[in-house]
Amino acid sequence: MYKIVEKVSLNPTVTMMQIDAPLVAAKAEPGQFIILRVDADGERIPLTVAGCDREKGTVKIIFQIVGATTEKLNHKKAGDFIQDFVGPLGVATDLEGLRKVCIVGGGVGCAIALPIAQKLHRLGASVTSIIGFRTKDLLILEDEFRACSDELIVMTDDGSYGREGNVTVPLKELFENGETFDEVITIGPLIMMKFVVLACQPTGIPCTVSMNPIMIDGTGMCGGCRLTLNRDGKKITSFACVDGPDFNGYEVDFDEAMSRGTMYSAFERHAYEEACNLFKEVE
Amino acid sequence: MPNMSLAKNPMPSQDPQIRARNFDEVAIGYSEDIALDEAQRCLHCKNMPCVEGCPVNVHIPEFIDKIKEGDFEGAYQIIRETSSLPAVCGRVCPQETQCESKCTRGIKGEPVGIGRLERFVADWHRDHTEQKPEPVPSNGHKVAVVGSGPSGLTCAGDLVKLGYKVTVFEALHTAGGVLVYGIPEFRLPKKIVQQEVDNLIAMGVDVETNVVIGKTLTIDELFERGYEAVYVGSGAGLPNFMGIPGESLKGVYSANEFLTRSNLMKAYLDDPVTPIMKGGNVAVVGGGNVAMDAARTALRLGADNVYIVYRRSEQELPARREEVEHAKEEGVIFKLLNNPVELIRYNNPDDRRDPKNGFVTGMKCIRMELGEPDERGRRRPVPVEGSEFVIDVDTVVMAIGTSPNPLIKNTTAGLEVNGHGGIIVDDSGATSKEGVFAGGDAVTGAATVISAMGAGKLAAKSIHEYLSK
Repeated sequence: MYKIVEKVSLNPTVTMMQIDAPLVAAKAEPGQFIILRVDADGERIPLTVAGCDREKGTVKIIFQIVGATTEKLNHKKAGDFIQDFVGPLGVATDLEGLRKVCIVGGGVGCAIALPIAQKLHRLGASVTSIIGFRTKDLLILEDEFRACSDELIVMTDDGSYGREGNVTVPLKELFENGETFDEVITIGPLIMMKFVVLACQPTGIPCTVSMNPIMIDGTGMCGGCRLTLNRDGKKITSFACVDGPDFNGYEVDFDEAMSRGTMYSAFERHAYEEACNLFKEVE
Repeated sequence: MPNMSLAKNPMPSQDPQIRARNFDEVAIGYSEDIALDEAQRCLHCKNMPCVEGCPVNVHIPEFIDKIKEGDFEGAYQIIRETSSLPAVCGRVCPQETQCESKCTRGIKGEPVGIGRLERFVADWHRDHTEQKPEPVPSNGHKVAVVGSGPSGLTCAGDLVKLGYKVTVFEALHTAGGVLVYGIPEFRLPKKIVQQEVDNLIAMGVDVETNVVIGKTLTIDELFERGYEAVYVGSGAGLPNFMGIPGESLKGVYSANEFLTRSNLMKAYLDDPVTPIMKGGNVAVVGGGNVAMDAARTALRLGADNVYIVYRRSEQELPARREEVEHAKEEGVIFKLLNNPVELIRYNNPDDRRDPKNGFVTGMKCIRMELGEPDERGRRRPVPVEGSEFVIDVDTVVMAIGTSPNPLIKNTTAGLEVNGHGGIIVDDSGATSKEGVFAGGDAVTGAATVISAMGAGKLAAKSIHEYLSK
């Protein structure tokens, strides 16, 4: 069992927790993920690490309440325990040699992008951050991004905060103004990452994306997290759990990944509704 | 007087029509009377050829003698001397190619039903004995075992009996490895695996779940933590795919994923938290035991039709004969000498929101015929030009083997692997790295439970010798 040391609601749909998991905290690097189960017989869900405190032995996770399992997790309080917590899994984001980087985060993906921006800042790199949200109420981690970014651009789809529009608008403007980067790192919804990659394409700037497919074991056994890469005219099957979750955005078949991500949407919607009803009855 | 019947006592089993729709165990097991009758078929040959045929050398004629005497607990204790997992082996070992293939009675007629007797004895013990095994006093030496599958559990069991302080590290949330995520409930009930694990814990083995060696801790860090030897029994890894178009469509699984969803994640229960595709037409590609497990699982989950699609003929099916027969009795349809060339996507051009869009809807196959024998002596299948046809499918399961898991190889300096990624070991199970031993699928690639147990047993002996120097 793993203790929830701290719980903070970042916005109505996004929650931060610190979990007591010393072995994971000792090793986890930005870009890696963990898998947890809330209770016995629960589902295994992967969450990318949002930070860790090596001395206290805690790992920070930030999750959006999107389904039955995250709903159940969100009903746990500080001091409660969760059943399983394993990691760190996957390969850490490769930041070697980067001097000037643009970070593009969308929604809850910003939680995963933040530790990467912070690490780059610590390493002395110049960081431009573009973070986007649907609306002002869903904004998270603005101060934290400001602290580690040389330039921060906040976007909302409806213009209720920062600039109106999606994250590719300022990115394209930067390129048009002759701005260049060693790399663009983007984390967020698949559709957003797909368009960030397309925006980068004419510039040829390397673009890294963080994939978050359906997974079970997360250790290279089940193959459920596979995705197709187009490399040198060949199609390659790759596994997000052991080869990723970071990939070269130019190689990823996003349309296939988006399709695979919806395989169980009917089941998940039903399970989510049941979980919500269950909690309503309890309350 | 020995029982000179030429035939084994048949295994009482659930009716095929009924069992094809439930997850209860297929084989019900011998009664005491049947076990006594079958035991009488054993001649207790002086040279005991059966023992040679067993990878863990169970003292077969001796335990059968105890059955003849009606001392079923005594029989169990004899098996336990050499095997850590009797109830498992009695169910999943391929006895027909091991102990029973050497049985003198098999020269004329059927061999003694050794596997069935082993299972009877293990089940009798479980039903009649409350007693847990006693903890073994520790000799103070720590050994780490990576993986809690059949190989790791066997190695841990043998080492704890010798007094070692053993910790088993398991990546998943439950111990048992392939015995819990791979082999279905109807062949090996989970409670039997759990009991074998509980026995080891009672003897003093520590089981640490949620630790991925190669990630959470490395092999070198295990030595830093005071472990004096490490056994790597991490099992097989990533599933293979054919490389044909459409393998990433929705509704296409690897056998590992399909079976893990059903077994470990309990999608076979009525109200599961883990989804799985049920119903419709299911095609399983491959002809091994895993393919049979997947096909029979699909049937039980409620499929209308289940096909085994295999590119060679019945004779070359690598699965155990018994598994093939069971699958056929239950209604699995064998489409042999067929090879998939493409998986076809459902696409409704008039409705972008049609929920079936993006799912697999057909499997295009080409007929095969057998040509010249390959290097292993199996006749090579060759496609018959122009013979393509399409099978209607809703779910496809690829059961065509696995490649070794890269996690330990990538994080352990000095550990040599072969061209396939399997860890290289010598005759004693020792790897190229001092103090590190390995066995099971991590070394051989996908093989049987009992061969993995044999490797775990050998490594336990070698680790004992290594640490006794």
